[in-house]
Amino acid sequence: MGVVIFLIILIGAWQGFYWLGVETLGIYKSYAFPSPIGVFERFMELSEDGSLWEALGNSLIRGFTGFVIAVIIGFLLGIVIHQFKFAQKSVKPIILGVQTLPSVCWVPFSILWFGLSAEAILFVVVMGSAFSISISVDNAIQNVPPIYKKAASTMGAGKKQLYWHVIFPAALPELIAGLKQGWSFAWRALMAGEVMTTSIGLGQTLIMGRDLADINQVTLVMLVIVAVGIIIDKLGFSMIEKKILKKRGLLT
Amino acid sequence: MSLKIRNVCKRFENEQKNTLHDINLEIKKGEFVCIVGASGCGKSTLLNLVAGLEKPTSGDIILNGKNIENPGPDRTVMFQEHGLYPWLSVMDNVTFGMKLSGVPKTEREEKAMHYLDMVHLADYKDYPIHQISGGMRQRTALARALTMESEVLLMDEPFSALDKQTSNRLREELQKIWLKTKRTILFITHSVEEAVYLADRVVVLSPQHGGVSNIIPINMERPRHVYDKEFVELRHRILEDVRGEAI
Ligand SMILES: Nc1ncnc2c1ncn2[C@@H]1O[C@H](COP(=O)(O)OP(=O)(O)O)[C@@H](O)[C@H]1O
Ligand SMILES: [Mg+2]
Repeated sequence: MGVVIFLIILIGAWQGFYWLGVETLGIYKSYAFPSPIGVFERFMELSEDGSLWEALGNSLIRGFTGFVIAVIIGFLLGIVIHQFKFAQKSVKPIILGVQTLPSVCWVPFSILWFGLSAEAILFVVVMGSAFSISISVDNAIQNVPPIYKKAASTMGAGKKQLYWHVIFPAALPELIAGLKQGWSFAWRALMAGEVMTTSIGLGQTLIMGRDLADINQVTLVMLVIVAVGIIIDKLGFSMIEKKILKKRGLLT
Repeated sequence: MSLKIRNVCKRFENEQKNTLHDINLEIKKGEFVCIVGASGCGKSTLLNLVAGLEKPTSGDIILNGKNIENPGPDRTVMFQEHGLYPWLSVMDNVTFGMKLSGVPKTEREEKAMHYLDMVHLADYKDYPIHQISGGMRQRTALARALTMESEVLLMDEPFSALDKQTSNRLREELQKIWLKTKRTILFITHSVEEAVYLADRVVVLSPQHGGVSNIIPINMERPRHVYDKEFVELRHRILEDVRGEAI
């Protein structure tokens, strides 16, 4: 409740500042400073003609597709670097290095290899999150208490059974945390990819706002991007995480 | 069933001397053997060697004529930290090993119930692990180990982390279960009292030379009573063995 009041006050202050700074004193130009009312009007227009929803839908589908591909690659890579000592020493440092690259760095490659296409965006998304996921998977497996594996192996568990029945379930809370971070990287990478190309999506809507000198549209898209990020984090990953921790008595 | 430990030495990497040195021990079918020794003298190491979790530096460990190379369900271990899986219920923990070896669901749950009854946990079968007490967790771990029906059951200080009362209660029950099932058990403890209470033979490990310093047969009738004259005397004798070695 307190948070809602705070937000209302914040938006009110923003609108007040706009009236004072832009409309009354003229310190800022109206094309450079958004207002809550302007953003809301833009929201109504773009949602009535459906273009906002189309952009949002496209971005979400692209984001999820890229994320799923990144999860598959990330898991395989994570298991390989965990399982083989040589990969641990040789491949892992490279992944750790590559992982520090901001995803926008992959844009030139993606355009050269895939053109201004949907595949180019997917490529940026996958590169932006797969490596982080693989590192999380490796760490999550590393942190499984050895006693779990020891107990299973003295009950006759083979390598495959060890992964399925012990390592993955034991590492699940950490794996989910890794996926959560992977998703946030994927979502950011998606925007980096979308602003570079012309396929319809939130990133492209944002750039269109800039080209039309429509600061309210730019702000609107930014808010939508934030909202999607928060909703998926809180209603998706965090809820699953909490449920698992609760079931294991790690959260009261 | 025959388990033979022959001239076994174990030296860890970067260690100056052998943690275990020239261990020889033979365990017969249905026998309850306890290994005692000061903390850090290599008791767990010996058990891990038999379990196949570690490899001896030299010597052989032979079960039914075959050299032990890897861990296997014929040598199930019960650890001090229960090693139960917090994402599974009591029942699913107990059936875990049977599930790995492909025992059908109804059969494995039947068997699990049999052993859960034995450890007085039948009413708790659907509980998650975090909602039962430390003593109940060790009972669950015991039931899980029993369901494996291993050739030899290895126990590494399974009651040491529990309070005295619970631990005494559990060793009483373990004895009853052993009398009923006649399993072969290799049991590790730092408590001489526990060893004299449970064992057919007590093996004293020496921290100095890492070898077996004494093997004492316990021929008292079961159930034993810790205040019996014979019990007290035996306990003293073995305690002196352990202490004498530790100085
Ligand atoms: N994996 C290992 N690497 C190196 N040293 C070890 C390892 N495991 C045990 N040790 C050493 O071997 C000795 C015996 O340990 P342990 O068998 O656990 O003793 P106990 O169970 O009798 O208390 C200790 O000094 C311990 O530090
Ligand atoms: Mg020990």
